Amino acid sequence: MNSADSIDDLLPYVRIGDAFKVGVDWSRDHLSAVFDGIASAVDSLVEPLVDLLTAPPAIVMVLIFAGLGWWLRGWKFGLGTTLGLGLVAGLPIWEQTMSTLALVLVASGIALLLAVPLGILVAESRRVSAVVRPVLDLMQTMPAFVYLIPAIFYFGVGAVPGVLATVVFSMPPGVRLTELGLRQVDREVIEAGEAFGASPWKILLRTKLPLALPTIMTGVNQVIMLALSMVVIAGMVGAGGLGEVIMTALARVQVGAGFEGGIAVVILAVVLDRLTDSIGARTASAKAQRAMQQA
Amino acid sequence: MPIGMETVSALRVKSLYKVYGSRADKAAEILRNSAGRDDKLAGLPVTAAVVDANFEVRRGEIFVVMGLSGSGKSTLIRMLNGLLSPTHGTVEIDGVDITKLKPAALRKLRREKISMVFQHFALQPHRSVLDNAGYALEIAGLPRAERREKALQALRMVGLDGSADKLPQELSGGMRQRVGLARALAAGTDIMLMDEAFSALDPLIRREVQDQLLGLQAELGKTIVFITHDLNEAMRLGDRIAVMRAGRIVQIGTAEEILTDPSNDYVAQFVADVDRTRILTASAVMERPLGVVDVNSGPRVAARVLRETQTSAVYVTGRDKRYLGTVTADAATQAVRDGRKNLQEIVSTEYAHTVEDTTPVADIFAASAQSPAPVAVVDSAGRLVGVIPRVTLLSALGNLSTDTAGATATPGPADEVGTSPTTDPTRAVGAAGTAAPTGNGDPTAEVPAQVVAEPSARLTGEPA
Repeated sequence: MNSADSIDDLLPYVRIGDAFKVGVDWSRDHLSAVFDGIASAVDSLVEPLVDLLTAPPAIVMVLIFAGLGWWLRGWKFGLGTTLGLGLVAGLPIWEQTMSTLALVLVASGIALLLAVPLGILVAESRRVSAVVRPVLDLMQTMPAFVYLIPAIFYFGVGAVPGVLATVVFSMPPGVRLTELGLRQVDREVIEAGEAFGASPWKILLRTKLPLALPTIMTGVNQVIMLALSMVVIAGMVGAGGLGEVIMTALARVQVGAGFEGGIAVVILAVVLDRLTDSIGARTASAKAQRAMQQA
Repeated sequence: MPIGMETVSALRVKSLYKVYGSRADKAAEILRNSAGRDDKLAGLPVTAAVVDANFEVRRGEIFVVMGLSGSGKSTLIRMLNGLLSPTHGTVEIDGVDITKLKPAALRKLRREKISMVFQHFALQPHRSVLDNAGYALEIAGLPRAERREKALQALRMVGLDGSADKLPQELSGGMRQRVGLARALAAGTDIMLMDEAFSALDPLIRREVQDQLLGLQAELGKTIVFITHDLNEAMRLGDRIAVMRAGRIVQIGTAEEILTDPSNDYVAQFVADVDRTRILTASAVMERPLGVVDVNSGPRVAARVLRETQTSAVYVTGRDKRYLGTVTADAATQAVRDGRKNLQEIVSTEYAHTVEDTTPVADIFAASAQSPAPVAVVDSAGRLVGVIPRVTLLSALGNLSTDTAGATATPGPADEVGTSPTTDPTRAVGAAGTAAPTGNGDPTAEVPAQVVAEPSARLTGEPA
């Protein structure tokens, strides 16, 4: 026993945690202007969106979603949306549901704005890919809660740290699927572009991106789904919305309220998933792929 | 001299090398200094894809580069439009060395001078057939209306204007490649590169698009570099053919030159399988007619010639050696008895059918079968230039170098008499066997001869 202890004592305690804290402290002290800027920018996106979504009566919102679902996927899905969201609208947590939706939209919007260009960069350059891949792995496997701690540190409590932690957590599949989609484009089709004298930029915009779009849309879908799951966790830092409902229920052991919050998340998830999925299926190259399978 | 050359050659390639690997430059240098011997590269982590390619493509010709997969032909064609940059050497298009061009200038040159057709069509699946056909014009920045019109015109040329609004996936393979062809035609470049363009199509469709290409080529006179691994395709399309092996061009020549005078064993073996009846023409297999008499010489002369040559018919020519027909022994004897002075009245075209000297051997069989005497061969002016006895035709079928056996083996005059041919198949095999692998004193020289001779049994078993 003793000898084992002494051998284990040989292992040094590399203080990565302390080092990380030093880094965070330093950046908070010296880059506060940057963080304030980010915070106010995110706030200025989230607040008006929450206002917009909660302004009309719940029934109007339900019908808008139902109409969207009907248009994109058909009357069955429209009906399902009406029933599902109608149920949620009847619960006393409609406002929280809409504020969660606003958080998801802002967070995944920011995540995609970063992820798609990064994905293009990664697909075009092997060197960038070699650097970015491990970082993405880290971002994806780090337990989601861990992001909340530095987020609070930088931005205090509220919607902003919730949104930004969500951005970090949900970004990786956006990058990966953009890269995958671009790499899957037929090499000969790209070569044809080159052979007819198209510039790399034109090939990217007119050929590669349209052909990669179905895969990129799968990435968009994944980002939104991850954002939704993270936004609930972000309720812990006071981001509001359904996360707050669930956290409160957890603290007070209110089984019923917890279940209601959970069901609202599920219904929101299903609606968002199917809607984004059908947008991907409507792209020209997705149609082309289907035509190829039929042929 | 160089000025004169430039007016005829659209594309000129000089000592072109492409070596892959981390020390490509050094490897290319070693190859240049060692006359391209691979063994000098031992130990270097490189692959030599193209070694010392030199050729010129004339304006308006179809230049075929033929070789098996891995022979470097795809690498070669991609250096012609700068998709790959060579390790060493130059590629000149209209006198401009494209290996020295900057990317933007290279793209401009591709838009204006050189287009490409791809093996797997490389169409944009998300855009209509019309948009695909107009792709090059779109890149060139033409206004939409003009682009559509030109694209539609190109589609009309390949017979696909009815499918303009479809997606490429809704078309069959052959139709898709015609879209690929239309895209290259719409680009309006003088030079077209075709990389295994018809290889992915099934044989019947392939033949159809080959015909279409030849038809279009007769009309448009593009300069085409065509890559293929299919010798029959090469022979069918190519005005000239370059045979590639292991990165090297081993022979450049017309189909007939490569067939009748292969530069080495490799080419000889390669051409062994070709359906030479489609390549060889009547002029390549015909023999000298001995029993020829002038129409004014009278029945007595005809009868004498018939006796001397021991044949059953003589070929009668008129003024300017124009071929008129044959006179049989019976007819001649009868005419002598009747006291006729002229052969004009007894000349018949029934006894020996006539073919032109440019007729492929494959198309002579019917005439030969219906013709009791050897088929008469005439040139475009109608002059008698030779005859083809049935056995000569059969030898040609059997992958034998008949013209070599017949013409350069110099048999005595009596051998060449049309109807009593001594150019019998067994002897011709021997002659071809020694003729095929030209001039290398290799003891294995007999091997290609067997390879060459083997398919003959199969072919004679089921003619055409």
